[in-house]
Amino acid sequence: MTSAGKQDRGRLRVDQDECKGCALCIEACPPHVIQMTERLNHYGYRTAMYAGAGCTGCGICFMVCPEPGAITVLRLASHVAASAEGVKPCAGN
Amino acid sequence: MSNGTEAEYEVTHGRPQAFYENFDRKGELQHQTHYCPGCGHGIVHKMLAQAIDELGIQNRTILVSPVGCSVFAYYYFDVGNVQGAHGRAPAVATAVKRSHPQSIVVSYQGDGDLSAIGSAEILHAANRGENITVIFVNNAIYSMTGGQAAPTTLLGQVSTTTPAGRNAANEGYPLHVSELLATLEAPVYIERVGLGDNRQVAQAQRAVRRAVENQVRGLGFSLVEVLSPCPTIWKMSPVDAQHWVRDVMEKTFPLAVLRDRTKDVQPKAAPATGPALEEIPRILGVTDEGEAEPSDAQAKGGVDLQVRVAGFGGQGVLLLGEVLAEAGLHAGLEVSWLPSYGPEMRSGTSNCHVRLAREPIDSPLVAHPDVLVAMNEPSLHKFCASVRPGGWIFYNGETVPEECERKDVHILARPFMHVADELGDGRAGNMVILGALLEATATLPQASVDAALGQLVKSPRWLTLDERALARGRELLRESLQEVCHEG
Ligand SMILES: Cc1ncc(C[n+]2csc(CCOP(=O)(O)OP(=O)(O)O)c2C)c(N)n1
Ligand code: SF4
Ligand code: SF4
Ligand code: SF4
Ligand SMILES: [Mg+2]
Repeated sequence: MTSAGKQDRGRLRVDQDECKGCALCIEACPPHVIQMTERLNHYGYRTAMYAGAGCTGCGICFMVCPEPGAITVLRLASHVAASAEGVKPCAGN
Repeated sequence: MSNGTEAEYEVTHGRPQAFYENFDRKGELQHQTHYCPGCGHGIVHKMLAQAIDELGIQNRTILVSPVGCSVFAYYYFDVGNVQGAHGRAPAVATAVKRSHPQSIVVSYQGDGDLSAIGSAEILHAANRGENITVIFVNNAIYSMTGGQAAPTTLLGQVSTTTPAGRNAANEGYPLHVSELLATLEAPVYIERVGLGDNRQVAQAQRAVRRAVENQVRGLGFSLVEVLSPCPTIWKMSPVDAQHWVRDVMEKTFPLAVLRDRTKDVQPKAAPATGPALEEIPRILGVTDEGEAEPSDAQAKGGVDLQVRVAGFGGQGVLLLGEVLAEAGLHAGLEVSWLPSYGPEMRSGTSNCHVRLAREPIDSPLVAHPDVLVAMNEPSLHKFCASVRPGGWIFYNGETVPEECERKDVHILARPFMHVADELGDGRAGNMVILGALLEATATLPQASVDAALGQLVKSPRWLTLDERALARGRELLRESLQEVCHEG
């Protein structure tokens, strides 16, 4: 399936309608792979968005986000079982 | 080569089940909470929801919501819900737990709620060792009511009731409720955590889960105090507020496990089965109720103008109304100005009712406005049908959605905030609209408007900007009337 073996462990989805642009996730992300959009969403907020690469799937952005479903973190299937449940305090914080 | 296909990935952190999928009880913005951007309440809600999910107790959890910004916690949690009077949540939780011993009862409270008006209830519930979980969200202030000092306010912290900063000689010292409760015999687990950085957040999540799990295991009274940011009242950006928790607040309220007797106590066995989830509202005697519609203003005699301004907090809704009312006063009219907003400070709906009349005004409520100012689409949806035939709608947007179109009223739809942007600051969009409104209704002399503006807007820079915005608004209206004439 994966040829390079360099595939990112994690992925991030941000719900543009739910995000309020507080930027706490941007501050929290250890590898700094979350950015702010220039565009305003329907409610007039700039929102967070995934830079597109480099997510480790640590999940800390999910826990610091005040909105219930603004953030969804995904992990590469082969890594899901390997990692224990819950959020670990990330190195570099 | 960093991205595979989405199919190779699995969701590991997503919206907890314990939340409603859609927040139906809110009138609008049903996928967002009512909390301000960066509010700690949202983060603590998520931790509690995660804990409920992980422990598999959604169908037997009963949440007691407080009075404070989190008064609407029952909008969000898909569990049994009771909303208690200010400070009384631990007493309510006691009753719920004792009458439904198999339920998992969570008393969720702010610092004003728990440490001021509710100081007796928490003390005695803890002293009785009730087998409940208390989530104590300490943001060192009364947030919902606009920032009065709480017993937990830090020394030197400025609030509306301690404008020179809290002074121990006058207002006493910050109350350390968790330490006080830890002097009692009965509590099983008390921990203070924070939301000041990633490490603290991770610890807070573990503590919230433990405090709930202790109850599931029948161990006794557990309380987690969470030092929690309130960016709005603290007047900080969300990130600065987060750091303030760690760098400043924590010095007064050190993070610590203040009590842990979970290993020493004998679990009290809880009965295995409880009533079905659907039964709980009936047993508790709570049912849904619709939002009350304001009653129609009665006597219409002598009324010149009824205006409704609606939008989100921070869009200048209230100021628009104030300038209008103040100008009416200056022009010798009877006026009323009635702000109405939710418990939230920002990001929630904000609207006001303004009446200008020659005769005395009977009610300040405006149910059927002559003029509606809708600062955004949800507000337009909510109020467009209420406008009197022949009236005006000013809509801050490019195009009016089909379902809001009306042939019997005048509609001016423009991105007023962008117009104001061109003048120098989008926040003057409210004054652009006011200009158009004044031009359309022609009830008030410009001199009265100038006087009102001079009185309400103190900064010279803003005064100039607002004056230009008003003029631009008048111009926009005239242009729009010409367009209509040409087309006709
Ligand atoms: C009996 C009663 N007294 C006073 C009030 C006004 N009131 C509403 S919320 C509040 C303080 C809330 O502060 P806190 O508990 O810290 O909650 P926060 O909004 O900060 O989360 C007060 C005094 C009320 N609603 N009921
Ligand atoms: S899961 Fe971790 S690495 Fe990925 S975006 Fe979130 S904080 Fe960053
Ligand atoms: S923490 Fe949540 S609400 Fe805040 S910017 Fe990130 S996704 Fe948006
Ligand atoms: S004022 Fe806003 S930020 Fe502060 S506690 Fe209330 S909802 Fe949260
Ligand atoms: Mg408070």
